[in-house]
This record gives sequence, C-alpha cells and structure tokens, in this order.
Amino acid sequence: MGRYVGTSVKRVEDPRFIQGKGRYVANIQLPGMVHVAIKRSPEAHARITGMDTSAASAMDGVLAVFTGQDFKDGGCGSLPCGWLVPDTKVPDRPIVVTDRVCHVGDSVAVVVAEDPYVAADAVEAIEVDYEPLPTVVDARGATDEGAPLVHAEIENNVSYDWALGDQEACDKAFAEADEVVEIELVNQRLIPTAMEPRAAAAQWDAASEEMTVWTTSQNPHPIRLLLSAFTLGIPESKLRVISPDVGGGFGSKIFHYPEEVIVPWVARQVGRPARWVATRTESQMTDSQGRDHVTVAKLAMTSDGTFTGLDVETWANQGAYLSTFAPLIPTALYITLLSGNYKMPGVFGKVHGTLTNTVPVDAYRGAGRPEAAYLVERLVDLAATRLGRDPLELRRQNAIPKEDFPYQTPVAFLYDSGDYDRLMATAADRADYAGMRAAQADARADGKLRGVGVVCCIEASGPAPSAVAGSLGSAVGFWESGEVRVHPTGQVSVFTGSHTHGQGHETTLAQVVADELGVPIESVEVVHGDTGRINFGMGTYGSRSACVGGSALVRSSEKVRAKVLRIGAHLLEAAEEDVVYDRDTGRVHVKGSPDSGKDFGELAFAAYTAHSLPEDMEPGLDFTSFYDPANFTFPASSHICEVEVCRDTWEVRVLRYVAVDDVGKVINPMIVEGQIQGGVVQGVGQALTENGVYSDDGQLLSGSLLEYAVPRADLLPGIEVDRIETPSPHNPLGVKGAGEMGTIAATPAVANAVLDALAPLGVTHIELPLTPERIWRAVQAARAAA
Amino acid sequence: MYPNQFDYHRAASVAEAVELLSSLPDAKLVAGGHSLIPAMKLRAAQPAALVDIGRIPGLADIAADGDNLVIGALATHASVADSAAVRSGCPLLAETAAAIGDIQVRNRGTIGGSLAHADPGADYPAAMLALGAEITAVGAGGERTITAADFFVDILTTALADNEVITSVRVPCAAGGAYLKHRHPASSYAVVGVAACVGMDGGNVASCAIGINGVTGKAVTADAAAAALCGGPASADRIEAAAACVGEAFDEPLGDLYASGEFRAHLAGVYTKRALAVAAERAS
Repeated sequence: MGRYVGTSVKRVEDPRFIQGKGRYVANIQLPGMVHVAIKRSPEAHARITGMDTSAASAMDGVLAVFTGQDFKDGGCGSLPCGWLVPDTKVPDRPIVVTDRVCHVGDSVAVVVAEDPYVAADAVEAIEVDYEPLPTVVDARGATDEGAPLVHAEIENNVSYDWALGDQEACDKAFAEADEVVEIELVNQRLIPTAMEPRAAAAQWDAASEEMTVWTTSQNPHPIRLLLSAFTLGIPESKLRVISPDVGGGFGSKIFHYPEEVIVPWVARQVGRPARWVATRTESQMTDSQGRDHVTVAKLAMTSDGTFTGLDVETWANQGAYLSTFAPLIPTALYITLLSGNYKMPGVFGKVHGTLTNTVPVDAYRGAGRPEAAYLVERLVDLAATRLGRDPLELRRQNAIPKEDFPYQTPVAFLYDSGDYDRLMATAADRADYAGMRAAQADARADGKLRGVGVVCCIEASGPAPSAVAGSLGSAVGFWESGEVRVHPTGQVSVFTGSHTHGQGHETTLAQVVADELGVPIESVEVVHGDTGRINFGMGTYGSRSACVGGSALVRSSEKVRAKVLRIGAHLLEAAEEDVVYDRDTGRVHVKGSPDSGKDFGELAFAAYTAHSLPEDMEPGLDFTSFYDPANFTFPASSHICEVEVCRDTWEVRVLRYVAVDDVGKVINPMIVEGQIQGGVVQGVGQALTENGVYSDDGQLLSGSLLEYAVPRADLLPGIEVDRIETPSPHNPLGVKGAGEMGTIAATPAVANAVLDALAPLGVTHIELPLTPERIWRAVQAARAAA
Repeated sequence: MYPNQFDYHRAASVAEAVELLSSLPDAKLVAGGHSLIPAMKLRAAQPAALVDIGRIPGLADIAADGDNLVIGALATHASVADSAAVRSGCPLLAETAAAIGDIQVRNRGTIGGSLAHADPGADYPAAMLALGAEITAVGAGGERTITAADFFVDILTTALADNEVITSVRVPCAAGGAYLKHRHPASSYAVVGVAACVGMDGGNVASCAIGINGVTGKAVTADAAAAALCGGPASADRIEAAAACVGEAFDEPLGDLYASGEFRAHLAGVYTKRALAVAAERAS
C-alpha cells in the first residue's frame, strides 16, 4: 500500500470548478468566431417537400445557410454505427437530412451567423414544407403487422435480433420447475441531463490544413477516428480533437453526433472559427437517450426456492437511427447480465432491436445493466412472494458462493471475484434489516404502508478485452493508453486516453502514479482529452477508467521504475540485483543502506543529461503502455431501501437508503462514495420521477425540465454507503468499476420497496416511474379486483 | 434560448409605464421577469417591447393598514415570505410565498407579476381567493380596485386591460389560514394548491373560505366545501365531510404527464382536508 491509493485525497480539479475557472467548450473564444444554429424538425416523420432559405440568407449578420445537400456535396459522410451484431440492418444517418426527417429534432438546415441571436432569428426564418408520414414510437409496437416503417428498407422496423444462453437448459428448467413466476414490464425511456449541454467549436488553419475541433466528448480519440474515416474526411494527422472540461456525460457524450461534423465543416466553408452550443431544449431532443425496453420474462425454481432457469424476451427501442454503440447496450451489456448474482443453469435471453420515430437510444449510466438488474430483481421478489420467503434469504440461498469464482455464467461472462453472501450480510447488518422488518410490522399494524426493498446486483465494468468486444460486434478495440513522462526535474506528466468529466481522474490517476513511483502527488500532473497531446485512447464509459486506464499507467510506471533502478544501480556502482527502488520515497539505494541512495529527481536528471548511463541505455524517461484487459471486472452491490407510501397523496417517501458495494480495491474512498451516491440518486430518479414520453405521433412530451423530473436533493434522505472489497484478479490495481453500480442497484431497490409497501393492498406491479397517480390507480385497480 | 429582438424601456413611474404600454405596439410589462423571460427565450412569447417597472420606487413596500396588509406589486416572493407583518398577520400568505418555485425564483419573482401572469400552477391565486384580496391597478383611466374573485378570468387571463399596471394588493389579515401544495416534481408549480381560511366563534366554525389552484385553468373557490364546514366544530369528521365536497368546484380539471385531471381532483380533496385542519388549528 502506497501513501495515496486507498486514501481520500481531495480532488485537485475542484478548486478551478468551484471558483468558476473551469474551461468548457462554450468558453472557447477565438478571434472572428461565428455562431452555428440548427433548424430542427418539428415533425417526427415527414417528407421534406420544399425549403425556402432565402429570407434567412438575406438577414444582416448571416454568413451562410446550408442544407443537407450541401453537406452531402461537400463530402460529409453519414454517421456510422460502431457496434454491429450479426445481420444488423443499419439505416442511413446523414449529418443533415436531405429529403426525410425521422424524429423530432432531426437536423434540417444549418445557419452560420455573426452572433447567436441572429442565428436563432435566421433559423426561425427558414421555411420548410413537410408532408407528414405515419409514425411509430413504441419498442414492441414497431414490430406489429402493418406498423409504419421508419425506413422502408428495414422490414418490421427490426434492426437486429440477438440471442444468448443455453436454450436447452432453459427449456428443461421450465419443464421441470415446481414454481414459475412471470412478469411483463417496461423499462422506461430516460433523458440524460448533464449540467453542461453538448457543444462543439472548430478552427481551420488554411496554411497547415489542420482542423482543430473542441467537443464535449467522453472520448476524443474515437471521435477523431470517426470524423476522419467516415464523416469529415480530414486525415487524422491533420485533425486535433480536444475535449476540455466537460460538465457531465453519463454516457450521452460518448457518441458521434452530427454537430461535431457540422461545426468544423462550416468553419472551413466560411473561413472562420465556429461554435455551436446546444440549448437545453436541443439537449432534451437530440442527445441520445437511455433504456426504453419492453420485456416479458419468467423465472423457474424448485419448491425449495432454488432458481433453475430464466427466460427473457426484450424489445429494445433504438430510435430512428443507430447511435454509435446502440446495438451493444441491449445485447452484450444486457442479456449477458441476466444471470445476476445467482447460480442458475438455464438462462436464455433474446432481444429485438427496433427502430422508431424517436431520438436514438444508446448508453446511459449503467447501459443495459440497469435494465437487466431491474428485471432480475423484480422477478426474484415475485419469487419470494410466491414462495412466502424473505427476499433477502432467498437471494442469499441462490447467490453464487464465493468459492465458485471465477464463475462462468450461462450467458458468456466469467465473473472475476465476489462474495455476494458477505455483501448481503453486510448490507443487512448496516441497515439493521431485522429491525426494519420489525418496524415494518409495527407500521403496518398502525395502518401505514411501509416497505423494505432488497437487491443484490451485478455489473460488468471496465470494457473490454478487445478480442471479446470484436467477437461481439465492436468495430473498435477497448484497450487504453497511458504514458508516464518523467521530466528532467523529476516532475511527472501523465497522459491518459481516459477522459474525466466529473469522475476525478486528475486526482485518482495521480494517486496511482505517485504511489507507483514513490513521488509526491503534487509533482504528478494528469493530462487528458486532447488528441494533440495524447496517444490514441478509448475514453471513458462503462466504468473503465481505473480498471483499464489506471492499469495502463501502472504498466508504464513499472517501465519507468525499471529504468530508474538501472540508472540508480549504475550511478551507485552496484549490481542491479543489489539495489532496491523504494516505492515510499522514490529513492534507489543499495540493499540494507537506505542512506546511500539517489533521489528520484537526481535519477530523472541523469536520464536526461545522459552523462553516465548504462552502456546499452537510451536517454530519456518516458514510457507508454497500451493495456488490453484480460476480462471485464464484476462489481456487485447489495442495497436496502426503506420507504413509506402516503395513504392519500400516494407519494413515496424514502426513509432510509443503505448501499453496500464491492468495487474491488478502492483508490479514493471519497470519490468512490461520491460516485455511488450520485449513481443511487440517478437510479432513484428512474424509479420515482424520470420519464421520457413520446406521443403516438412522435412528439417528445417530456421535452423540457418543466416536465422531465430530474431527481433533487429532497427526494432522498442521506445515503448510507459502505463497502466490502474482493479485488479483481484481472488488473494490477485489483479495482472494479465504481461509476454505475449505484444506478444499477437503486432502481430495483426502490421499486421493490414500494411494491413491498403496497403488498397488503394486493398491488403486485406498477410501471416506472412510481408516481403518486400510478400508485393511486394501481391501488384502485387492486381494490376493484379484490 | 435566444429571444427575438425587442425594445427595452425602463419606466420611472407607474404613469410612465401606463403611457408606454398605451403607446407602444405589442409591449409587455416586465417586473421580476420569471415567467416572461423564459417564455421569450423559448420564443413562446415574442413581445416587440418590454416596459420594465422593476425600479419604480415605493412599489415593493409591505405595510399593515388596520386589519389589512398592503403589499406593493414589486414585493418579491422572498420578501413576502420573510415579512414579519405578513408572518404574524397572515401566515397563510407567508406560507404561500415560501412555497413558490425555488430560492432564485423567490428572490426575483414579484407578487404583481405572478398575479398578472395567472398561471394555472401559480401559488398566489388560491390565497388571494381564500383571503378575499383586492388588487389595485392603474391604467389610462386612473386607478381601480378589482376583487380576487373578479380578477382571475381564465388560463393566463385576468381582468387587467393591456395597459393596466398592478400597483398593490390589499389582503385582509387572517390568523386561521394555511396553504398546502402538491409540488410538481419537475417544475415546482402547484399540481394542486389549497389555501384555506377558517374563522372560529367559540367552538364552532364561523367562517370558511377555500381557494384552489393547479386543478383548473384558473384558480377557483370551493364554496360548497367551505359552507359545509361552517356552523359546527372543526372536527376531523366534519373537515373530512367538507373536503369531500371540493369536486363541485372543478368544471374541467387539467391534466399533464404527471397528474391527470382526475388525480388532481383527488389530491384537491386530500389537501383541502389537510389545509382546513391546519387553518382551524391556527384559528383556535
């Protein structure tokens, strides 16, 4: 254990953020900068029969108005999809449409103007004639016979079908089952709400023919790759993509968006730097959205409560086009997690990726895994009710025992490590589960609707072994790069392909490298988010930055240490095997004589003066590693939630929330706790308030923050966070992802608690979010049925 | 979020504001700007000119006048909520102001602006109706007083003429009042807001008035419910029976994604019961 890893080092990025000194894309000011605004479709599906841009073009301060044809003629390619499962049908997704819009918010024309006010006026002055076409918005309804087609060439609106698992074992489990519980549920659409809306800026240097693009991306290198190879056509060597400070992403800023092409393209056309910043309204209707599944599923078990099989069929709404990683989410990040934390031989799942006249759906915090966890954990609660068992005890009975790790599930994944029984025992202890149940009994006796929700959830984090990703449909690898550059003074610059947009990598990755080298954390600077400064890297999502990005830096640090050790031995005139590298101090000294050594700074300087180096050694002290993980990591959680439902307003009040997580080794407990807390709040948001809703004709009814209810601080009491650690054997840090576990566990924890509260009234299922009216109606229906 | 181009005029007096509103085509009055500016940024409102009354002196005062409170049109929600005179004389009104929006809204939004905007989810209208407030406005023809009952005409529509400016609100003091709302989880507007005033005489309810906003396009009074409570003790049973009558107050309940009209009507009954209980408790 070093000095920093495992301690709550204060976040080095916070002083600039809390003093308003963060530098976001919207802060980029370049001489002569023009403003870009986009005419967006008010129709969900329509043919464009005419467009008049003359009034807009004639306005004072308008430099240009471009249509879809201009972008096409100007060499812009369509947006590609980077994850294709077998036989995926990919609809064409132009940067700006030419003849047909497929969702509200689709780009129709682009205005370039001297200031954003004029740009907005010009957008309003563009007249577009639409001939409305029939629409479809529902994930499952899209496959109905006779449903309108989003793209004529894609039959039944099915982009792909995908299945995984042991169907034979599954069928056998149900044939032999003593008990079967079934459910049909909707995992509702969510709209990501980062503090900072998306933005892009660009500058073209006509002399060097170099383009610089600033974008709010979680992964600038893949964006550069896509811009170069598919959409913008500028060679990677002439293209620099910078993601400066980014105010939250939650997945929605992974993807390649039209505006990232539009802005550099128009900057080159008009010969001036350009910028576009989304309004909140644009964010709501153009950022890729999350979830949106319809699922039917059943769980088989023996009479003693042993789970034997799970059969799942899901319709996953992909929206009007396939966003960058869309098919990944409901396939390799969803079906693969259906075994949960349980030993079940017969798991089989299939999914239909369907197209609708809605905004594309892609990864949103948790991405596939929350959908799996919500489904499995609801089914387990139904099983407990059916068997008259305590839901916690039933989970502990079926949990994969710790001696079974590594554990091969029937749905592809090899779980690395875990101790789910201890995890649940810790949660029960921390929550005083027995006391909660006793209090519930008392509350019920008083006529109160008190409920306790328990979950045990699994996540696959740290994507991914590149070969595995490739075999599952990825067009890219998922390794990470990390460079450790020791300067002659002994200061260290760390270059990571990961990107921090709230996670605190500037702190945690510095902790890792400072400990690896034995140098003060103050001398380690973390550089990220700039393809002009950093080796190709894959960016941040899927809770991968510590597992994969951190591991790359460990490897590079090891190389630095090895070289420093050799230089030290050389200067101390000792054999290499007779000296040691003291990782507490960064000093190299002769074994047994710590006082007669050389400081890290001296050795770094020696590496650069090169006055006296071992014979075959090159000068310099700078190492890069490209780390490809051996496996995903598998964090787990057991959360317990206590709620009370008001008997007349039907509001849900969360009384207590206890989150016990196993994210392996922890680099910075404070930051991990913050990630869990934030994740829980988002998960509770899905359970209680958030709902992305389209009308049948494809209008986004929850199109603003007046309708779309992002959770607020008063929704929850303090979240009690605790953890156990089962280190991952697959990476040198022993870490597992911590960014999404909270979100994954919280939705089913709250849903189970609310349904437990309502059980005495005969309510067994309510679709999310559990709003007062939905609860009121479910109670009325249960009363009517009784 | 960029509004259309508009002209901006700052009025130095109410008379000048009236004059500007009368002479400028398509002009809108702005005070705190917390309803109008967001609508302009969305281009849902596109006035040609704004007449800003925000800095007219003396319009933000709050003063006791006998058994009444006189509240200047420019008094912010925060100042009403924090006013010692309001808190002691009319706790219902302080409670209403404190329930509006969030702290930023309360620091900028004004009572006059809120009333003139007449949003169905606004909080003040129920209180104005329950308290029997009078709104004073100045227009081209001089000053007039409008009762709250006459003031609210329809959704986003009041009895004010286009060139009339609210200058103050006169609110009778009432110890036995309460305002309770069901807050929209996204917008913080009232899904249902119930203002109840109860006056006790001995052990019996001598007077009762109930105003409700959020359910219908304009705020309404629940007269049948109020009448049902009068003439007897404010017992739990009698309050429950009275609250059961609120449905009669609603012609056409409004619904949105969060709460249908039917559910709002249900909530109105629940909140009426709760508000009456608190009001009666305070009155005794």
